[in-house]
Amino acid sequence: MGSTRTTGAPTKITQGSQTKGGIGESTLRPDGTLKVTGEFAYSSDMWHEDMLWGQTLRSTVAHAEIVSIDTSEALAQAGVYAVLTYDDLPAEMKNYGLEIQDTPVLAHGKVRHHGEPVALVAADHPETARRAAAKIKIEYRELPLITDEASATASDAVLVHEGRDDHHIGHVPHPNIVHRQPIIRGDAAEAAKKADVVVKGEYTFGMQDQAFLGPESGLAVPAEDGGVDLYVATQWLHSDLGQIAPVLGLPEDKVRMTLSGVGGAFGGREDISMQIHACLLALRTGKPVKIVYNRFESFFGHVHRHPAKLYYEHGATKDGKLTHMKCKIVLDGGAYASASPAVVGNASSLSVGPYVIEDVDIEAIALYTNNPPCGAMRGFGAVQACFAYEAQMDKLAAKLGLDPVEFRQLNAMEQGTLLPTGQVVDSPAPVAEILRRVKARPLPPERQWESSEGADVRQLPGGLSNTTHGEGVVRGVGYAVGIKNVGFSEGFDDYSTAKVRMEVVGGEPVATVHTAMAEVGQGGVTVHAQIARTELGVTQVTIHPADTQVGSAGSSSASRQTYVTGGAVKNSCELVREKVLEIGRRKFGTYHPAWATAELLLEGGKVVTDGGEVLGDLVDVLAGESVEVEAEWRHRPTEPFDLRTGQGNGHVQYSFAAHRAVVEVDTELGLVKVIELAVAQDVGKALNPLSVLGQIQGGTTQGLGVAVMEEIIVDPKTAKVRNPSFTDYLIPTILDTPTIPVDVLELADEHAPYGLRGIGEAPTLSSTPAVLAAIRNATGLELNRTPVRPEHLTGT
Amino acid sequence: MDFLRPASWEEALAAKAEHPTAVPIAGGTDVMVEINFDHRRPEYLLDLNRIGELREWEVGADTVRLGASVPYTQIMENLRAELPGLALASHTVASPQIRNRGGVGGNLGTASPAGDAHPALLAADCEVEAESVRGSRLIPIDAFYTGVKRNALAPDELIRAVHIKKADGPQQYSKVGTRNAMVIAVCAFGIALHPETRTVRTGIGSAAPTPIRAKAAEEFLNAALEEGGFWDSRKIITPSVAKQFAELASGAANPIDDVRGTASYRRHAVGIMARRTLGWTWESYRGTGRSSTEGVA
Repeated sequence: MGSTRTTGAPTKITQGSQTKGGIGESTLRPDGTLKVTGEFAYSSDMWHEDMLWGQTLRSTVAHAEIVSIDTSEALAQAGVYAVLTYDDLPAEMKNYGLEIQDTPVLAHGKVRHHGEPVALVAADHPETARRAAAKIKIEYRELPLITDEASATASDAVLVHEGRDDHHIGHVPHPNIVHRQPIIRGDAAEAAKKADVVVKGEYTFGMQDQAFLGPESGLAVPAEDGGVDLYVATQWLHSDLGQIAPVLGLPEDKVRMTLSGVGGAFGGREDISMQIHACLLALRTGKPVKIVYNRFESFFGHVHRHPAKLYYEHGATKDGKLTHMKCKIVLDGGAYASASPAVVGNASSLSVGPYVIEDVDIEAIALYTNNPPCGAMRGFGAVQACFAYEAQMDKLAAKLGLDPVEFRQLNAMEQGTLLPTGQVVDSPAPVAEILRRVKARPLPPERQWESSEGADVRQLPGGLSNTTHGEGVVRGVGYAVGIKNVGFSEGFDDYSTAKVRMEVVGGEPVATVHTAMAEVGQGGVTVHAQIARTELGVTQVTIHPADTQVGSAGSSSASRQTYVTGGAVKNSCELVREKVLEIGRRKFGTYHPAWATAELLLEGGKVVTDGGEVLGDLVDVLAGESVEVEAEWRHRPTEPFDLRTGQGNGHVQYSFAAHRAVVEVDTELGLVKVIELAVAQDVGKALNPLSVLGQIQGGTTQGLGVAVMEEIIVDPKTAKVRNPSFTDYLIPTILDTPTIPVDVLELADEHAPYGLRGIGEAPTLSSTPAVLAAIRNATGLELNRTPVRPEHLTGT
Repeated sequence: MDFLRPASWEEALAAKAEHPTAVPIAGGTDVMVEINFDHRRPEYLLDLNRIGELREWEVGADTVRLGASVPYTQIMENLRAELPGLALASHTVASPQIRNRGGVGGNLGTASPAGDAHPALLAADCEVEAESVRGSRLIPIDAFYTGVKRNALAPDELIRAVHIKKADGPQQYSKVGTRNAMVIAVCAFGIALHPETRTVRTGIGSAAPTPIRAKAAEEFLNAALEEGGFWDSRKIITPSVAKQFAELASGAANPIDDVRGTASYRRHAVGIMARRTLGWTWESYRGTGRSSTEGVA
C-alpha cells in the first residue's frame, strides 16, 4: 500500500494542542513524591517559635445538662496559659454551622452528643495540656436519649434543639427532624395497579467514617493588628472563614487563612473542627497555638456518613418495565445539622436511581438525635439510596426471572430522560452502556487461589489468618449502577474564583494560578497547571498556595472542583490570553498583518496563528509588563426543590458509574474476599487520565469498605461510640483490595468545561451494592444491611 | 515516669526487684499503644532492649529456648520447621513493622486473651522461664494464664525465654478477623499433633477470659485416635469424630459479645476452625496432604 499525502491548507490547530503538559496528559502530581517518601509537610507538622499546644476537653456522655464546670485545678497547673469555656467566648455569636448555626463553639449548659467540646486548654507542652484538661471537673445531669426515628418523633420526645428558628422548622413534621424533602410525581398508587410484581424492602446503612489519614490539625498565630493568621487543613477556606470570624468577633479581613498540608478529607473537613478553638486560644494568650487531634479524638472531631433506614417499594410489569416506586429514607443526622439538609435533598432527588420511573412517592428526612453528628461524606446521600434501590433491582429481576443487568438496562435512563424532579437529563447518560461494559468483561478464573504449591491463602477469605484452604468457599457475582449529582445543588450560588497572572521570569513566560481551592489529595493543583499550560501555551506554571487573599473556590467536595474551579482557571486564563494578545497587537501589530486578521493562539511560549505561523515570542510580548486577572466563574444556575412536590431543576450535572463485583465467601465462617471490582464510568473528558484512574479506584475501595467492614458502632443504650480507633474501625488493607479494572468513557457534556464530568463520588456509590449483590449471589441470603458482618452470613 | 535502662539481665532483675511496678518494654507494640492512648501511666518503664540475649534462640534436642524479645519476623523466617504453629501465628500478627518489633514475651506479659501467640503456645506445649533476683523457675503454659490480662508472674519477675516443645508432628493455626490482614482476632485456634506421645493439643484465643485449651475435645480425640488405631494406620479420621471434636472445641469457648463479634459467632467459628485445622494436620500426618505451612507466602 502506498502512503497517503494530504495537500492543501495546513492543518488548523486549536489552543494548547501543541503545548506539552496540558489537559489530557497524565502529568504527575507535584506532591506525589513527597507524600510517598514521607517528606510532605502536613498541617500536623507545623511548628512556630514559642508556640503553645491546645487541647479540647470533650463530653463523656451523650446528652446531659452541665451542672457545673470547675477549671481551677487545670488553671493552677504549671505550664498552662489559658483554660476557656463557653463563658469566655468573646463575641455575641457563639455558634457556627454550615447552613444552620446550631453548633456551639463550646457547650453551653448542655451537651448533645458523646465527644462534644466543653473546654479548651493551652499549655507549653501537649502532654501538659492533656493533663490539665483531665483536671477540669464537669458535673453532668443526664437527660433522656434520642437515638432513632421512634424516640425522635414521639409526641413527648425531648427536643435535641429547643426553640429552633432555622428556615426548615416551618415545614418539618417534628422539631427533631432537621429537614424533610418529599418528591411526588405522577400517581404511584394508581401506577401500582399496573404492576405484575411488587417488591418491598427495608434496608439499613451503617455509619461510615471518612477515615482520612491526617488528623485534624492547624496553627493559629495572633497578629499585631488584633487579627489572627490561621494555617489549617480544610476543604473550603472561605466557608470556614464565614463561620470563624463572627464567633471571634473579628471582621473577615482580620482572619487570614492559608491552607496547610491536607491528609485526605472525603467530606470530613467540610465542618469546622479545631479552627475556632485554636484562634480563641491564640487571641487569648497572644501566642501561636497548635492543635493536633490524635486518632481517638479525630473520630469525635468530624462528622460521619449518615446511617440510614430506607423503606422501598417498587413494582414492575411481567415484561420488566418499572411501574412505580415509593420510598422513605430516614437519615440520622445526629446532634447538629451540619450538611444534613443538603444530604436530604440528594437522597430524595436521587432515590430513584438511574432509572426511568414516572410515578413516584418519595420522602427523605434527617433526624436530630444524640448520636454523633453526621454530614458530608463522598457520595452524600446518594450512597445510602443506591445501596437500597440496587438491592430492589436484584429482587425484582429475580422475581421476574430476568437477568439483573438486562432488567436494569431495560429501565435505564438516558439523555433526555425526565427525572422525578421534573428536570431533564441534558447530557450523555450512558447507563445501559456502562452496565454492558462491566458485564462483557471476562470473569476471573474459578478457584483462582489454587497454585502448584497448594492454596494461596492471600487469595482466599481470611487471607494470611489461614482460615480456609478452599473449604466452604463459594463464588458470587453482583452488579450495581448509580447516579450522583455533580456540584452544589438546589439553587446554591456555586461559584469559584481564579486569579491568573502571566509574566516573564528568568527569561521565560510563566503563569501563576492562585485559587483558594483546597487540595485534599484529589489532584486539583495538577489539573490547574495543565489547564494553564493548555490555555496559555506555557510550560512553566506556578501554583500559588491556597489562601483567603483570593476569592472563594467553593468546597473540595461534590465532585465539583475540576468542573468549577477548573472552569474558573480556564476562564481566567482565557481572559489573560486576550489581554496578552492585546499587548501583542499594540506592540507588534504593525509588523505582520496576521496580528489583525488571524485567529491567534498561544503555543509553546509563542503567539501563533491557527495555521501554525509564529508571530512572536511571549517573552517579547510580555517584556516589561505582566497580566493578571481575578474572576469568578459559575456553572448554570440550579433551583430549589419545591418543599411539597420536590419539583425543580435542582442539579447541575450527573455522574454515572457501574460495577461488577466478584467475591469469594467462606460461607461457614462468614468471611469475604472481594476478588475483582470492575468499573465502567463516563468521565466526559479525562483531564488527567492517571488521576481519573486513582479517583475511580479509590472511590471503589471506599465503597468496598462499607460493604464488608467499615462501621462506627454506637451503643444504642448510651449513644456512645464504641470503636473510635483504627484497631476496631477497620478500613481495607491492600489484601482486602481487589483488582479494579477500569473502563473510562469520555462522552462530552457540552455544558461543562472541556466536556468534563465530575468523577470523584460516583464510584463510591455502586461499589457497595455490587459487593452486597455478589455476596447475596454466593450465599442466597437477603442481607438488607451494610456493612455485612460474619454474624450475618453465618446466622450466629 | 522514669525510664530504666539496664545494660544486663542481672541489672534488669535488680531494677524489677527494686521497682516491682515497673512495666517491662521490649518491642513496645503493646505498651506504647497503651501509653499513647493514656490507658496506662506506669511509674517506671523498664527497657529491655539493651539485653541482646533476649533476642536470641537456641534449638535443643527437644525444645526451642526462644528469647522473650525474638521478633515474630525471626520466628517466621528461622523457626518454621521447629515451631510451625507459632510461625503461622506470627504471620497473622499485625503488620510487617509490628512483626519486626514484637515478640512472644510481650504477648505473655500482656496476657491478653487476643494475643496471637497464645493458642500456638498452648498447642505446642511450653514452659515460661521466669526469673527474679530470688531465682529462676519454669512455669508450665497451662498454669501461666490466671485471668483477664493476668498471668502467673510475681511482681519482681521478668520473662526471660519460653521453652517450646519442638514439633514432632504437624501443627496448624487459624484466626478469624473481619479484615484479611492486620486485624485483632475475633477468635483463634491452634492445634498440634504429637505423634510421639500420641496426643493432640489445642489452644483457643479470644473466646474466653484467658487463652485456653479445649481439653474435653483433646481427650475425646486422643481416645478416639487411640481406640481406632489411627496413629498407626494413618486412616482418614471419620467425619463423625471430626464433628464431635469441633463441637467439643466450640463448647470449650466461653466468649463474650463485644465490638469485634458476638459470643455465638465466636463459639461457632471456633468449631469450624477446629474441624478444618484438624483436617489439615491429619492429612499432613497421613502424608497425603501438603506441608503443614502450606499456602503461606
